[in-house]
Amino acid sequence: MKKTISKSTWMTLLCTAALLVLVVLLENVLDPNKNIMVFTALKKGAVYALVAVSMNLLNGFTGLFSLGQAGFMLLGAYTYAILTIPVSQRDAVYYIYNGSAVNFSLPELLGGGAFGLVLGVVLALILGGCAAAAVAWLIGLPVLRLKSDYLAIATLGFGEIIRAVFQWDKLGPVTNGANALKNFPTFSSFNIQNAGGETVLRLSTFTAFLLAGICIAVIVLLINSTYGRSFKAIRDDEVAAEAMGINLSKHKRLAFVISSFFAGVGGGMFAMFANQAQAKTFTTAMTYEILLIVVIGGIGSVSGSCIAAFLYVAASEWWLRFLDAETFVGGFKVPLLRNGFRMVVFSVVIMIVVLFFRRGIMGDKELPDLFKKRRKEKAK
Amino acid sequence: MQYAISILLSGVSLGGQYALIAIGYTMVYGILRLINFAHGDVFMVAGLMMVYLTASLPLAASIPLVLVLTVLLGFIIERAAYKPLREAPRMSVMISAIGVSYLLQNLATYVTGGLPKMYPEIPGISATITIAGAPTKVVTIVTPILVLVLVLALTQLIHHTKVGMAMRAVAKDFETAQLMGIRINAVISVTFVIGSFLAAVGSVLYFTNYQSIVPLSGSLPGLRAFVAAVFGGIGSIPGAVVGAFIIGLSESVIKGSSWSIFSDAFTFALLIIILVVKPTGLFGEKVTDKV
Amino acid sequence: MSENVLKVENVTMQFGGVVAVDNLNLEVNRGEIVALIGPNGAGKTTAFNVITGVYQPTNGAVWFRGEKIVENHPQGKMRQQYKGEHAGEYTQVLAPTPDKVTQLGMARTFQNIRLWKSQTVFDNVLIAKHCRTSSNVFTATFRLNRKEEARQRENVLELLETVGLADVKDELATSLPYGKQRRLEIARALAAEPQLLLLDEPAAGMNPQETEELTAFISEIRDRFQLTVFLIEHHMNLVMNISERIYVLDFGRLIAQGDPAAIQNDKRVIEAYLGVSEDA
Repeated sequence: MKKTISKSTWMTLLCTAALLVLVVLLENVLDPNKNIMVFTALKKGAVYALVAVSMNLLNGFTGLFSLGQAGFMLLGAYTYAILTIPVSQRDAVYYIYNGSAVNFSLPELLGGGAFGLVLGVVLALILGGCAAAAVAWLIGLPVLRLKSDYLAIATLGFGEIIRAVFQWDKLGPVTNGANALKNFPTFSSFNIQNAGGETVLRLSTFTAFLLAGICIAVIVLLINSTYGRSFKAIRDDEVAAEAMGINLSKHKRLAFVISSFFAGVGGGMFAMFANQAQAKTFTTAMTYEILLIVVIGGIGSVSGSCIAAFLYVAASEWWLRFLDAETFVGGFKVPLLRNGFRMVVFSVVIMIVVLFFRRGIMGDKELPDLFKKRRKEKAK
Repeated sequence: MQYAISILLSGVSLGGQYALIAIGYTMVYGILRLINFAHGDVFMVAGLMMVYLTASLPLAASIPLVLVLTVLLGFIIERAAYKPLREAPRMSVMISAIGVSYLLQNLATYVTGGLPKMYPEIPGISATITIAGAPTKVVTIVTPILVLVLVLALTQLIHHTKVGMAMRAVAKDFETAQLMGIRINAVISVTFVIGSFLAAVGSVLYFTNYQSIVPLSGSLPGLRAFVAAVFGGIGSIPGAVVGAFIIGLSESVIKGSSWSIFSDAFTFALLIIILVVKPTGLFGEKVTDKV
Repeated sequence: MSENVLKVENVTMQFGGVVAVDNLNLEVNRGEIVALIGPNGAGKTTAFNVITGVYQPTNGAVWFRGEKIVENHPQGKMRQQYKGEHAGEYTQVLAPTPDKVTQLGMARTFQNIRLWKSQTVFDNVLIAKHCRTSSNVFTATFRLNRKEEARQRENVLELLETVGLADVKDELATSLPYGKQRRLEIARALAAEPQLLLLDEPAAGMNPQETEELTAFISEIRDRFQLTVFLIEHHMNLVMNISERIYVLDFGRLIAQGDPAAIQNDKRVIEAYLGVSEDA
């Protein structure tokens, strides 16, 4: 028994390492300028995978139906951006407010250069997560007492409140009001350049994968720990969980705070991906998008969420693009194809999944479980 | 003074429009324990249908047609997206509702090309009049009256007809009502029909006031109406109406002040406070879980 | 010698105008098996829920191992509505949540089995160990609690062997036959390391043979884990065989108490169960 556990752990680690190497190879072999779609999909997919897993931790593993994900991402994104915009760029970014109220930048404070960049970015991402976690901790106590759908609507409302606060022009010197924050380090900042300014090793997609991978690994470790097991007990039967000595409010709050932390980190990474942070991107629609990824992947499956995130992003950003373009075959105009059709097809597909494949891609199983099953069947 | 009156007027009319949407939420929640996330979008679609129908039909024909089509839409949504999930956990139904909302929005974006559409002028209620020195549209006055009439009719329906009795029974106890031979699906369909009908009426009034429609036009009024329903005590129709007027008035007051950016934030803050302090709202009944 | 583990003192539980438990007084001593019986709706489960912190009593107190853990007195609207006795004797409000009560050393099972459905037999028991872990969320996530975790897993395995569920430990809890699910629920309660075990109708739905096995099982675990057992039960065979003392509840009131023989011959108990004949 014990051996198979460690074996599958090793297998997972090995696969992840192989994936990371593959990403590096891919990025350096294919020309990113000719394959923009591929790398956009990969980077955004990695970010969404993390956010979806963090949502799954709450909705799938703890059974708390929260729709505040976009709000927590916003907190993370803004914290990250505010802490990392280079001092020299601040006047340009905050031109409406005559400069920023925050006049330092973490990567520069930490000595600049490659070392300062890596450390500063990581630290800013963590602080972004902490900001989200702190807010989650504050609102968790009252909000988590609510039952399923009330909780959903309260957290949804919370996301809207956060968005309004960040667009408030009185906070402009910090948040830049309704305008975007930009010019901070992005994934592309991790591409290694030689003295002549030529890119010698592209690591942008790798960075996205590595960061998301580490976070997801931590979440997986948590889920399989005694705390994660208690979360699942709460999901399965709250009354029994409480009777068995699990403090409901403490554990629910813990799940909420941790999930929000990773949503915050994911938000910071989303800002890195999008090259900007702007409150109006983090709408309820974004939360819905992430929720749908979780559903497609299977509620209660980490690997499902990851797979679904990449499928979803690739499909919406890349594979289904042709549906939006007016196409002529010979002299014949293909009907229906025009701007917006992609999203219609997409939402129909999602409805089909929701109605007929309710368990999603993975159900509540994980990838290693599938291998295990196969091995068992072979043994029989 | 004039300013105060105009704010008051717009608040009351907004409240009336929200009330019509809120009733749909509260009735569906009362019976299915489901937040029908798609309800706001049904309201938006009703508005768009009006835009497209008036382009080719006279107004006298398009208004009834919009009402009928919206009712049909509500009915179809329930049958296609909620009925198959009757036995599924509540979370799945809610996700399905979110999916429908997403679908309707994307469909609307596709059809309109994402451009705002102008709502047609409706003679009689689009006209501008002046009350106590404050210029306003006739619709502002018509709305509260119409709401009152419709709500009275609805309460009559619920308390004095067989369908109404069945609805109350189902709201009280789903399983037992089923065992007593009440045709659950018929009752639920009736609920959706009534809800969509009121949403359609609400959309005529609302968009006459606001005129431009985009695919996202339904989501915020929808959420606000939902907050109103919670505020009044979900499941209670008078509660929804009272809640809607309060939400409408406070929104109009905030929109008129320098805090207008926080009007939605305020609505949601109100929601969270109610949920935490008195989850049953003003007129709601207490529900407890049994160990 | 007979030090009491559980003492229920003047507990009244009133829901609106309905008095579910009326001035209940009882004691359970260390090492005893005590049963609480009574017709349906007599308020037995309500009494359990008060003891375990699920409900807050309207009035009265509960003592556990010499310490007062629950206390309440009528408040607000209840002050006028209160129909019970001993009003005004209690002034404090002590209302621990069920998890606190469990951590103090009480664990329970449920009338309608409440296992964690998506978890295996092993995990069901292991999760109950959570309230005894000393690790926090960081040490648990980063596996700094490996020793504790390993020890707990070992304990759980031993426990499953003791209760005879070791061979099905990797099955889903809900795939077990009914009798084994009951047994698993008891095992899960034991994993929380209680001194007092509360069993809410452990033999409900069991056939006579299963009931007999369960009777033996309860005595066995009492001895092995040095437990005190307090149970609600309808199967009189089980009750009469294993209980040292019995309390009888009817319409929320205690109508009799004593050893099984005395209870079997108590006129009031017979009346409560069989009803009073018209001409008596």
